[in-house]
Amino acid sequence: MSRYFTRLRVKRSYKWKSRSTSVDRKLNRHFYESMIIQVEGRPVDTVVTLGQFILIEGDDDDNPYVARLLKFYSDEDGKAKKAKVQWYVRYCEVPQNKRKLLGRQPHPQEIFYYSDSSCDSEVDAETILCTVEVKHVPGEQPFPDDAKKETLFVKLSWDTKVFKQFEPDFMKPFENVMTPPKQILQSPPRESPVSTPPPKTPTTRGTTPRALPTPDPMVMKRADCATYTPYTRGCMSTGRRNSREAESIHSASKLSASKLMSGKRRGRITSEPGIRKKLELSSPGKKMTREDVLGELLDDDLAQKLSTSPPRSLKLTIRLTPLEVKQNFPRDEEDFSLQPLQSPNKPTASALDTEDFTSLGVRGLEDSSADEGVTVLPTPQRRRATPRRGSLRRQARTPSQRKSSSDLVRSSLSVLAEEEHEDSPVQTAATPRSRRKCAQLVSSRIKQQLAVSGERNLDDEDDDGDDCVFVPSKIDLQSSSDEEVEAKVESDDELTISRKSRRVTGSRTPQATEKSRASTRTPRKTPSKKAAPTTPRTPKTPKTPRHATPVIPSRSQPARTPGNVLEEARASLHVSAVPESLPCREQEFQDIYNFVESKVIDGTGGCMYISGVPGTGKTATVHEVIRSLQQAADLDEIPQFRFIEINGMKMTDPHQAYVQILQKLTNQKVTPDHAASLLEKRFSSPAPKKETTVLLVDELDLLWTRKQNVLYNLFDWPTRRHARLVVLTIANTMDLPERIMINRVASRLGLTRMSFQPYTFKQLQQIIASRLNRVRAFEEDALQLVSRKVAALSGDARRCLDICRRATEICEFSADPKSGTGLVGMTHVMQALDEMFSSVYITAIKCASVQEQLFLRAVIAEFRRLGLEEATFQQVYVQHQALCRMEGLGPTSVSESMAVCQRLGACRLLLVESSRLDILLRVRLNVSQDDVLYALKAD
Amino acid sequence: MSKRKSRDSHMTVGQCVSQAQKILRQRFCHQEVSTSPVGLECQHKHLLELLRRTAVHGESNSVLIVGPRGTGKTMLLNYVLKELQEEKDVKSNIMLVHLNGLLQTDDRIALKEITRQLNLENVVGDKVFGSFAENLAFLLEALKKGDRSSSRPVIFVLDEFDLFAHHKNQTLLYNLLDVSQSAQAPVSVVGLTCRLDVLELLEKRVKSRFSHRQIHLLGSLSFSQYLETAASQLSLPPDFPDAKFANEWNTSVKKLCEDKSVEGVLRKHFEGSKDFRSLHTLLLLALSRVTVSNPVIRPGNLLEAGRCSSADSKANILHGVSILELCLIIAMKHLNDIYEGEPFNFQMVHNEFKKFISRKSHSIHNFEKPVVIKAFEHLQQLELIRPVEASSAKIQKDYQLMKLVLDHTQVMEAVQRYPQCPTDVRQWASSAFA
Repeated sequence: MSRYFTRLRVKRSYKWKSRSTSVDRKLNRHFYESMIIQVEGRPVDTVVTLGQFILIEGDDDDNPYVARLLKFYSDEDGKAKKAKVQWYVRYCEVPQNKRKLLGRQPHPQEIFYYSDSSCDSEVDAETILCTVEVKHVPGEQPFPDDAKKETLFVKLSWDTKVFKQFEPDFMKPFENVMTPPKQILQSPPRESPVSTPPPKTPTTRGTTPRALPTPDPMVMKRADCATYTPYTRGCMSTGRRNSREAESIHSASKLSASKLMSGKRRGRITSEPGIRKKLELSSPGKKMTREDVLGELLDDDLAQKLSTSPPRSLKLTIRLTPLEVKQNFPRDEEDFSLQPLQSPNKPTASALDTEDFTSLGVRGLEDSSADEGVTVLPTPQRRRATPRRGSLRRQARTPSQRKSSSDLVRSSLSVLAEEEHEDSPVQTAATPRSRRKCAQLVSSRIKQQLAVSGERNLDDEDDDGDDCVFVPSKIDLQSSSDEEVEAKVESDDELTISRKSRRVTGSRTPQATEKSRASTRTPRKTPSKKAAPTTPRTPKTPKTPRHATPVIPSRSQPARTPGNVLEEARASLHVSAVPESLPCREQEFQDIYNFVESKVIDGTGGCMYISGVPGTGKTATVHEVIRSLQQAADLDEIPQFRFIEINGMKMTDPHQAYVQILQKLTNQKVTPDHAASLLEKRFSSPAPKKETTVLLVDELDLLWTRKQNVLYNLFDWPTRRHARLVVLTIANTMDLPERIMINRVASRLGLTRMSFQPYTFKQLQQIIASRLNRVRAFEEDALQLVSRKVAALSGDARRCLDICRRATEICEFSADPKSGTGLVGMTHVMQALDEMFSSVYITAIKCASVQEQLFLRAVIAEFRRLGLEEATFQQVYVQHQALCRMEGLGPTSVSESMAVCQRLGACRLLLVESSRLDILLRVRLNVSQDDVLYALKAD
Repeated sequence: MSKRKSRDSHMTVGQCVSQAQKILRQRFCHQEVSTSPVGLECQHKHLLELLRRTAVHGESNSVLIVGPRGTGKTMLLNYVLKELQEEKDVKSNIMLVHLNGLLQTDDRIALKEITRQLNLENVVGDKVFGSFAENLAFLLEALKKGDRSSSRPVIFVLDEFDLFAHHKNQTLLYNLLDVSQSAQAPVSVVGLTCRLDVLELLEKRVKSRFSHRQIHLLGSLSFSQYLETAASQLSLPPDFPDAKFANEWNTSVKKLCEDKSVEGVLRKHFEGSKDFRSLHTLLLLALSRVTVSNPVIRPGNLLEAGRCSSADSKANILHGVSILELCLIIAMKHLNDIYEGEPFNFQMVHNEFKKFISRKSHSIHNFEKPVVIKAFEHLQQLELIRPVEASSAKIQKDYQLMKLVLDHTQVMEAVQRYPQCPTDVRQWASSAFA
């Protein structure tokens, strides 16, 4: 769980890597190719590019959602960054009852292509955690053993009803798009699906960064983040890239991929940054450099493509002119239709690539980008090139293009990385229009460079996209409304396209997907587990300024264990002792259990209100329910769920509830307002892999605020479609909803209520007996006396246990060896009861000093004289003086009398007004007159 | 004296006296625990066993020590804690947290203080970091992480426990008591209060979590015990440097306590209250009379101290007022008699005073009205009279309703004791028509 905290702790900022690649004016969306995720405290940023596999922030820290990034776009206002994804599910996310359909033990890193179209594929880009490596494993092949933990494998698809053989085509569209030139070239060596995993998996995080255009350290960081932060929905470039790489590799290189080859490739990739730097150095201005780089890259790609794929040659040529577009198209087609063909092509390409890389830094850059982000690129190209083909392709492309380009630029500027960072904020500050102009300029330059492609110019959107590519990603964040519009349109298109394309390409992708599965899985499981112990510590650091861990020092001497029967009884009678079972609450237990279980199984949400006077076992019963549900979940009888507990008494302010819930869910520490919005987002945004959250709210009444927004939210969240939240609330009063809640809150709480009756004496007796099951320390009658007494007074089990505990103490101290039995008897219990229940007033009056007693008497005398229950001190003083004279005591001064009065007031035998009033203060009795007279008479 | 000095430990009488005064003052003012508490054996045993179980077995407990002021609650607790600290297997095993409801007036301060005293990790030097919410979460987390067998027991001492019950939501009490009733770090919550009805202050869920153990200290000691305590409090310890002086002192104390008049003073004091603290003030007054020329406490000293402590504060103030002011007070007294305690204003008082002047113009100077007003205002400043309503802005000063905050007896006594009080005034005081 705790693994992914980093994300939560560390603030992440998400920025578009470059300008929007295209704009959908109808929807006012701007589409992007890649996004930069900056993690606070890490020098290097992660770049997420289209087509990559990403981890998306989910409920489960250990198992963030896996998805493939299809589109990036921003909304009209440019603020919200959205991403279109194709979901993948983990085995644990498959409903419990359907898991058997798999018919085999799932590989721990296995994921399934999620083909349920009803699932919302749009996510908030800022929930993307990082990229992840996913590999496709063909159905008949075993899962690679040497896969690293971070790598996930895809073998099958899951459409919520059956597991099907996963068609690798699903993964292809992106691959084609992304890796058109380089993939083909590089992939051949890797092609064997089995071989590919090893390089990817463990190193993926490490290696992937290399593959990515962004400098290695950034990638590394991202990878780390990825391991830590399952939640983020935002797409991290690294993970995606990795996955893309993997996919591309797999798809391209089905035939045979030697690990060595892949290793080499990585080596190249790693070397890229340096190359990029060189490029940068050579390039005068950033924009220029970018353009140049792009141009070079494009050229390289074209060349590679041309050279690599003989069968495609026709298409390749086409590609050359429009560069991106044409290339992509042919490739896609190839990929879809001719998988076998690709493989042969790829080897050649790979060889070429290697050469290119070594010789030309630019190419190397391109390759890397191609591997990761290039795949994405092709799609936009397609769009540009052939508007007919469908917006889908275009969309897919545009984002990828942007990303890849941005990545490239970045990599090239790695030396100046810091500068970039500095620049980026400035750029962001700049108005969107200005950017746009810049972008246009850039695009025009690009066009000039790429004069070959006339088709491009036709597409305005494409131009925009290009522009965006060249502009630093950070600018993109603030992208103009126009861009956003475009992006939306594109994204819509993308969605449809992506689905179609995947299905179409099905045959190809399987390998890649399987690999990707493996990669995604592995990262989660192993790293998460490993990280888990470490991360919990790390999250704490932000909490307290000095990384303080809340710990009470340990004792120097070991605690003594109970030595005799009475001590043992005392230990088991302590309220804190957790009994094996909760007797006398079977019905309530069953009701709550059924309620929660049904909600967990259905994946729905709901509220329940539990009331009862203190000490009737409300919280204990709920805990017991959760314990047994968790056992059931461990045995896989019901789906896994999370249990979170907050207590209204244990927070300083009702709004802290948000903070505590969020902290327990994600270990994030934020302000109440922010926490509320995060929770709101979390519970209202759809995510197919969410597990049910069971939230126990103890002492509900203390969360009451004037606007009741805390209560409202608590009860409103479960009603959300995607929340999967079960809220159990506990309070003391039965009619709390009616009394303190306004209608809309009470209505949401619903009518699922349960009331815990105070224990009857038989139940209390049973409770004590069950706690004492082994130990015989009490006489039967004594137990009955206690339980009857307590049942008559309050029915509070705590009281009952405390009395019994006290009785054992009394028994122990008074234990005469003669009395023999050593059991706690009636006398001891009686004494304990007396101590706890008897009023002390009478004894206090008896023990009071003479003057105090006289004063009390004077008060009563004055009351009788006045016929009221209230008198001023002056009046009482007169009586007091008279009584003193009668008793033969010397007269007391007013000051003395006042002191006496104040003393009686301090111990609340009298109720006295503030002493500021002096002799005019009013006096009342806090005890009945009869009690006073009784006490004084007995004296 | 010089002989004694030379014979014994080379201390002059002056040194001995100041030394003795120092020791006794320390005893009286610091409430030092010297001997086991008198008459509290049962309570002592109960508390000791309770805290020992926490320290040794890690059993969580909560207990309230209830009793009127000055009955020795804190002394008992301190004595028990001292005893516990002396036990080998307990000494380094417990952590103490002292809180006082008068100092930690809200939970935020209290939490910081707890964190500071526990020296948790968010404490640097004397500073505690983090907000209120963070501190609470941190402390609870710390306590939750502990368990019975491994963490060091914490004893929370809450002085003026009733004041903690007035904190918002009783959050602190709830949490402390909740910890004491759940399987977390072992804690003992010891509350000290003088309010007998303290349990009624607790909210029901807080109350349910309290174990309902109460140790009552009601000051049930008899006069002879009281006398003994007074004697033992006055006597010097055996390790006093000048043995001879100590001997003489102790014999004189013994004699003093046997003196009838002294016994009378002490008995009166005892009847007033059994509070040891007030006894200490009494003895302290007597002790301050001890000088080099008067190296022991004499009965006269104690009698004077008794008179001082039982003196009426108002009478002393009246002793210093001017004759005009005294006359005004007498006028007010008559008005009180006439109108049965109804409030009066300056005009009424002035009329009454003028009537007196017109009858007995020779006995007292006829003051101008502004002078009388000034005197009236002075009385108000002395708080011998107080306005009925606080909002005096709208009403003219002359007509603002006032009440006399003096009893008849106090007025009469003041008039009797007033130096060189004109006879007419005296007569007027006793009768309005004199």
